[in-house]
Amino acid sequence: MSEKPKVAFYWCASCGGCEESIVDLAEGLLDVIEKVDIVFWPVAMDFKTSDVEAMADKSIFASFINGCIRTSEQEEMAHLLRKKSKVVVAYGSCAHTGGIPGLANQFAREQILTYVYDEAPTVTNENKVRPEVEHRMNGASVTLPAFRNVVRTLDQVIDVDYYIPGCAPTPKIAQEALQILLSGELPPNATVLAPDIALCDQCPRKDSKPEEFEYHGFKRPQWTDIDPEKCFLAQEIFCMGPATRGGCESLCIGGNMPCTGCFGPTCRVKDQGAKILSSICSALSAKDKDEIEKILDSIPDPLGTFYRYGLAGSLLRRNVKLPVS
Amino acid sequence: MELKSQNDTWKPRIVAFFCNWCTYTAADLAGVSRIKHEPNVRVIRVMCSGRVDPQFVIDAFVKGADGVLIGGCHIGDCHYIDGNHKTIRRFAMLKRILKDMGIEDERFRLEWISASEGEKVKTVTNDMVEKLEKLGPLGLPKKFIAWDEEMNHLELEISKPKEEIEHV
Ligand code: SF4
Ligand code: SF4
Ligand code: FES
Repeated sequence: MSEKPKVAFYWCASCGGCEESIVDLAEGLLDVIEKVDIVFWPVAMDFKTSDVEAMADKSIFASFINGCIRTSEQEEMAHLLRKKSKVVVAYGSCAHTGGIPGLANQFAREQILTYVYDEAPTVTNENKVRPEVEHRMNGASVTLPAFRNVVRTLDQVIDVDYYIPGCAPTPKIAQEALQILLSGELPPNATVLAPDIALCDQCPRKDSKPEEFEYHGFKRPQWTDIDPEKCFLAQEIFCMGPATRGGCESLCIGGNMPCTGCFGPTCRVKDQGAKILSSICSALSAKDKDEIEKILDSIPDPLGTFYRYGLAGSLLRRNVKLPVS
Repeated sequence: MELKSQNDTWKPRIVAFFCNWCTYTAADLAGVSRIKHEPNVRVIRVMCSGRVDPQFVIDAFVKGADGVLIGGCHIGDCHYIDGNHKTIRRFAMLKRILKDMGIEDERFRLEWISASEGEKVKTVTNDMVEKLEKLGPLGLPKKFIAWDEEMNHLELEISKPKEEIEHV
């Protein structure tokens, strides 16, 4: 009998939702467990880094890494798993396009540390204690990973073979991707393992999506009585559907909330935020400058809206004025 | 000093997207009638200013442009009727995004220049060059390399005591 393929799961800068999504495979998980041998999964099972270090190079069939890369330890683990694996899969939005933690690329490292350790209303830190990479006390030394200046997608740190999109990936997407990988017929390198069409094409509301439309201003979903049948854009509620890859079974739309873009763009789009900007803003009703600005004001925080999950992986990656150290 | 001499020779690079029907023709006219303007502009001809995808603009900065200029027909004169209306709307939002990303206002400019306004091509580009010279280089390609240098120190940091580091 041939050996079962070995797989590893690891998390970097993430919320834990991606790990949860693997558990969410439910009975599907048993299927997976039957077909593979899980050799590393720190969230669920007791493994140590040294176990991975002891493995032969390329002896893991596939490593599924979620979360973006913010610390030196995450870099180190990404490199280690790359070395030990035939295939590395970026699992979920953060590893794929930067995700929510990637929004921190709007701020300098020092700004973040100052807020978190000094200024946040829930923090009392009279001695202004800050984490240190190395601290010596009584002749001993303790260390912490370094907190990088830049948040990175997984493929900005190591070579990535495949991507599974989503915040978090849906059980269906995750399971189909696993099946594809385990089938032995590997898709071309760098493939995103989800349909390569816009979400609008799969949306149950697509028939009410206007071909020609003029936006007079955008309404906030939380303050609006939303028609549960009609395309969000037709209701002047901002929706990322036109610039987002399908495959999520229109989950948010089904919950009567607009898409926020977690599946990232299709392969023809380099920059999801610029794409949605282009398609939405060209259809504003206003013709003169002041009117245009007024409509644009109805999208507070456009950067965080257009690049909600994709800032770190976008063309600019990060506020270009921020210091490197 | 090396840095200084680099700065001495630095000239701002502008990527200009000019619409075929007006501004490109104007730039051509400027060339034919030998109007002198700063030679720092790389012109890319597009059929309409409305064809300029915001991705092109961002990509130009990413690839090393210090400024991006879009030139199109005056409002009302667009060959495709309302292409330039799309342009102003996108331009307004793209400005906001670029500002949030740390790219100064003067680096991104939109001008309506009709086919007969060869002179305006000159005033606009010269003025933009002057402003960019004051701002200095944007230099994104170098910046990206500098950002990633922090990862080169990884080896050093992780060569410290290893046995005891618990991975949580
Ligand atoms: S814009 Fe949103 S609601 Fe409308 S069809 Fe696309 S995904 Fe559906
Ligand atoms: S609707 Fe959009 S935000 Fe919601 S799961 Fe699908 S891709 Fe993600
Ligand atoms: S053709 Fe010149 S702006 Fe449209």
